[in-house]
Amino acid sequence: MAQTESAAAHHNGHGHGGGNASHGSLKSYVIGFVLSIVLTIIPLVVVMNHMLGRTGTMILIVAMAVLQFAVQLLFFMHLREGENARWNVLALVLGLVVLITIVAGSIWIMTYNTPNM
Amino acid sequence: MAHAHAAASEHVHDDHHGHHEHDGHHDQESLKLFGFWIFLITDCILFGTLFATYVVLRNSTAGGPEAHELFEMPGVIAETFILLTSSFTSGLAVLSMHQGSKRGLIGWLAVTAVLGASFVGLEVTEFVKMVTVEHATIATSGFLSGFFVLVGTHGLHVSVGLIWMTALMIQIGRRGITSVTTRKVGVISLYWHFLDVVWIFVFTVVYLMGVM
Repeated sequence: MAQTESAAAHHNGHGHGGGNASHGSLKSYVIGFVLSIVLTIIPLVVVMNHMLGRTGTMILIVAMAVLQFAVQLLFFMHLREGENARWNVLALVLGLVVLITIVAGSIWIMTYNTPNM
Repeated sequence: MAHAHAAASEHVHDDHHGHHEHDGHHDQESLKLFGFWIFLITDCILFGTLFATYVVLRNSTAGGPEAHELFEMPGVIAETFILLTSSFTSGLAVLSMHQGSKRGLIGWLAVTAVLGASFVGLEVTEFVKMVTVEHATIATSGFLSGFFVLVGTHGLHVSVGLIWMTALMIQIGRRGITSVTTRKVGVISLYWHFLDVVWIFVFTVVYLMGVM
């Protein structure tokens, strides 16, 4: 068993040339964690203390959630690292187009639908 | 044991060939990881439709309790920070794995699983209280149907992740860190970070907008 572990360590000790380089450093994980905590506390404080108007709060909390999404993708899920980075990004863009169409389209239609029913 | 040994010699084999010449096995592992990205994107669309349903039905309370009467923020805030921390600890598990530490890997996965279990526990408590004390069930109103389906689907994902993670810890205990278990840990950490992202949107769209 010890042999297995040392072999794995040996493998990774060789640098990350073209291998499975999709893992960060402790530093990038800590930065990502701190950012995600901050991006959670900001909308929480604003909402609980009623610091902004309705529209302002909506824009702020949605912006914070989108930033949080970006932090998770870049710092934790290593979207831009590894061999398949380009394909990951392309697949994600396709997914987001479908996602935004479904969510925004549903809200748009249903908002103007109800009064006319 | 024999399995682990075979995989270990494969690693050495990899090194001799350098990193630019991939053997078939390695390509397949990285293809599986890409396949999991595709799954996550379809899962993203699944949650997107549930979010759309919830947002559309949010004000259809049919005389039942409304969001701001029902949601109790302290529990939700605790759930949020527990899940954020578990996302971080699953990252630490991946780091330990790449340092070749089997004990560190299993340890951080265990911490992640305990945090995940406390998240599910808090959520179940919240649901039980809603149903028994507030009489707010899935059939009460359109708003609550949307709420229970969206938040419940996320909770189910976390629960499945917990079973999966436990099974993986047993496998790592038996086989050690091999190219196969390395990919599996990579996949579950992606899954876990993804669930954290979905929760952030549940937290924002359901809870923060609900109590606004």
